[in-house]
Amino acid sequence: MRSEEIAISVQGLSKAYIIAHEHEKHSTLAETLLHKARNPLKRRTKEKFMALNDVSFDIMKGDVVGIMGRNGAGKSTLLKILSRVTEPTAGKIDLYGRVGSLLEVGTGFHPELTGRENVYLNGAILGMPKAEIRRHFDAIVDFAGIDKFLDTPVKRYSSGMYVRLAFAVAAHLNPEILIIDEVLAVGDYEFQQKCLGKMKEVSKTGRTVLFVSHNTQALSQLTESCIILRGGTVDYIGPTEKAIPRYLAANIHQQRGLYEDPSSEPGNRLRLARVVTSDDGAIHRWGESLTFEFLIQVSEPSESLCFSFQIFNGLEQAVCHFWVYGTDLPIGKTSGLKRLRCNIPRSRLYMGEYSLTTYLADRRTNTMQENLSRICPFSVSMHNYARHEYEWQPQECTYLEENNWKMIGAEG
Amino acid sequence: MEPRPAATAVAVSDAAERPHLTIRASKGWVTLNLKELWQFRDLLGSLAGRDLKLRYKQTALGVIWVILGPLMAAGVFSFVFGTVAKMPSGKVPYFVLAFAGLLGWSFFSAILTKTSGCLVANTHLISKIYFPRLILPLSNIGSALVDFGVSLCMMGVLLAINRVAPSPMGLLLFPIWMVILAAIAMGLGLCTASLTVFYRDVQYILPVFTQILMYASPVAYSLAPVPQRAQWVFSLNPLVPPLEAIRASLIGTPFPTAQSLVMSGVAAAVLFFGGLCAFKYMERKFADAI
Repeated sequence: MRSEEIAISVQGLSKAYIIAHEHEKHSTLAETLLHKARNPLKRRTKEKFMALNDVSFDIMKGDVVGIMGRNGAGKSTLLKILSRVTEPTAGKIDLYGRVGSLLEVGTGFHPELTGRENVYLNGAILGMPKAEIRRHFDAIVDFAGIDKFLDTPVKRYSSGMYVRLAFAVAAHLNPEILIIDEVLAVGDYEFQQKCLGKMKEVSKTGRTVLFVSHNTQALSQLTESCIILRGGTVDYIGPTEKAIPRYLAANIHQQRGLYEDPSSEPGNRLRLARVVTSDDGAIHRWGESLTFEFLIQVSEPSESLCFSFQIFNGLEQAVCHFWVYGTDLPIGKTSGLKRLRCNIPRSRLYMGEYSLTTYLADRRTNTMQENLSRICPFSVSMHNYARHEYEWQPQECTYLEENNWKMIGAEG
Repeated sequence: MEPRPAATAVAVSDAAERPHLTIRASKGWVTLNLKELWQFRDLLGSLAGRDLKLRYKQTALGVIWVILGPLMAAGVFSFVFGTVAKMPSGKVPYFVLAFAGLLGWSFFSAILTKTSGCLVANTHLISKIYFPRLILPLSNIGSALVDFGVSLCMMGVLLAINRVAPSPMGLLLFPIWMVILAAIAMGLGLCTASLTVFYRDVQYILPVFTQILMYASPVAYSLAPVPQRAQWVFSLNPLVPPLEAIRASLIGTPFPTAQSLVMSGVAAAVLFFGGLCAFKYMERKFADAI
């Protein structure tokens, strides 16, 4: 239902963050005053970081547009400006229609309140008038499938129920322009499919949808065109089928086996990730010990902070999943930098290209705090393990197990 | 998905001529957008309702704490100041005098404490969702008023038991004393709330400051026995006239002078608008700094 009317017009949008250098960063008033008193004439050396730099694009009414970009490319900043959480430094956005934004599922859900109370509270937070929530109430409960637990505090919900209810409220927002960020990163597979279906429905009703995701699968299913952001500028605008290969190709150029957080903002986040492979150049030999190291910055301590990561192969399939909960290791108990190491004594990954997708989440509030995709690319080679008769073929399998063969009988 | 109402479709084509909304960097002092505040009244109601519902969840005595809290505080004051320090309480028992003082003070300190913490307590909302930020401090007034209402009813019971008649004139002007207290509390609260976003120290200073302010105000004692040469100290504190006026209205202690009440009203207005300006000025940086 594409029309020639503009829905969103972004012109010369920039956002600068001022970063004080680490050793001069003061988070208490006393420190600031003390520093001022000691160095009355010296001005703090500050660095300007352009999260967005002169971004311009137009989106037509009824378009479903994907926004992709590497971590730190400016996607979140763009979303925050679009949903008016923060202001741009320069430039402007004209919005033709009511905007509803979904930067996180379940924002404002309160664990002590019941499901029913939370539907009303969350609806109001997302900008729905009370009458509208009342009208959609049955549909919301129905979509979430939690009617038996409506009067139970949501802290007693399973995480699946919690997410379903939260998404159900958001899905019944009726704005003309809908902004969605990584919502699909939550819930089980079945529910993710349900959400995708819902979003497809939404886009068919002629609403404009901006969809930010790492998930190329979901992007290709949902969107017709995509915007690729890179380093705070627009790298590409065009049809999704052309954008995805371009985006994937651009990702290969990142540093192999290593991820470094480009920003120095506070928050619970991954500052550094490293794959320690058997050979140099992020190349790993099959069957050798493989180690992953993570440096996690905790600035909002929570006992239930958990971290997990998946290894994806070149076909975008998750091959392994590893996790650690707050009950296993006290990752989030105190603030500061936490160094984690995960070791696979003998890695059986078959030869090919791999990358990591990481999740930092709070189990108790069930919020995803950071989700990075396709970081730390590394490859596995079979060069230590010769196979006679046949050469190793790419994509013969994803996983090669150690095995023993015996002839246990011969008849005839 | 329900079919989209026709009204929405019309609104879409209407909006085509000019933007529904333009987002750009705001310059200078942002004006107070009362129309927008009104549009978000449902959110204000929901947040105020949330606070009320949450307060006594998972407590054994529940709402009884609203009654028990002030009674216990007044009990301690009447023991320390009345029984031990033997300060005079006029015609009424010391307990009633202290309770009348606490009535206004609790209202003031509830607004101040909650307002100053409201931004940091709602970090997740501020960093994810847009709404007029002023909604958060405003939503605290509801629960402070409810507590005040409950305490006022208990005051009525205390007055009836002790056969004390409140001053009709004072009761008529009662809302004015309340507005002065609320304005001072909001003004200070808005300032400290904005500062807390950038410097969490404020959270630690404030309880100490509030404690000192309470003992510097006629809450646990009345102003009457304070010697003349020390009275000037109290004239610097804008909380004194409204607190004394509340007590005078209820239990017939001497009223503060009209002049001091006007001065206090002016101070309250200055503090309130100062706090509002500070809040609006720093508002745009909340999401980035919090």
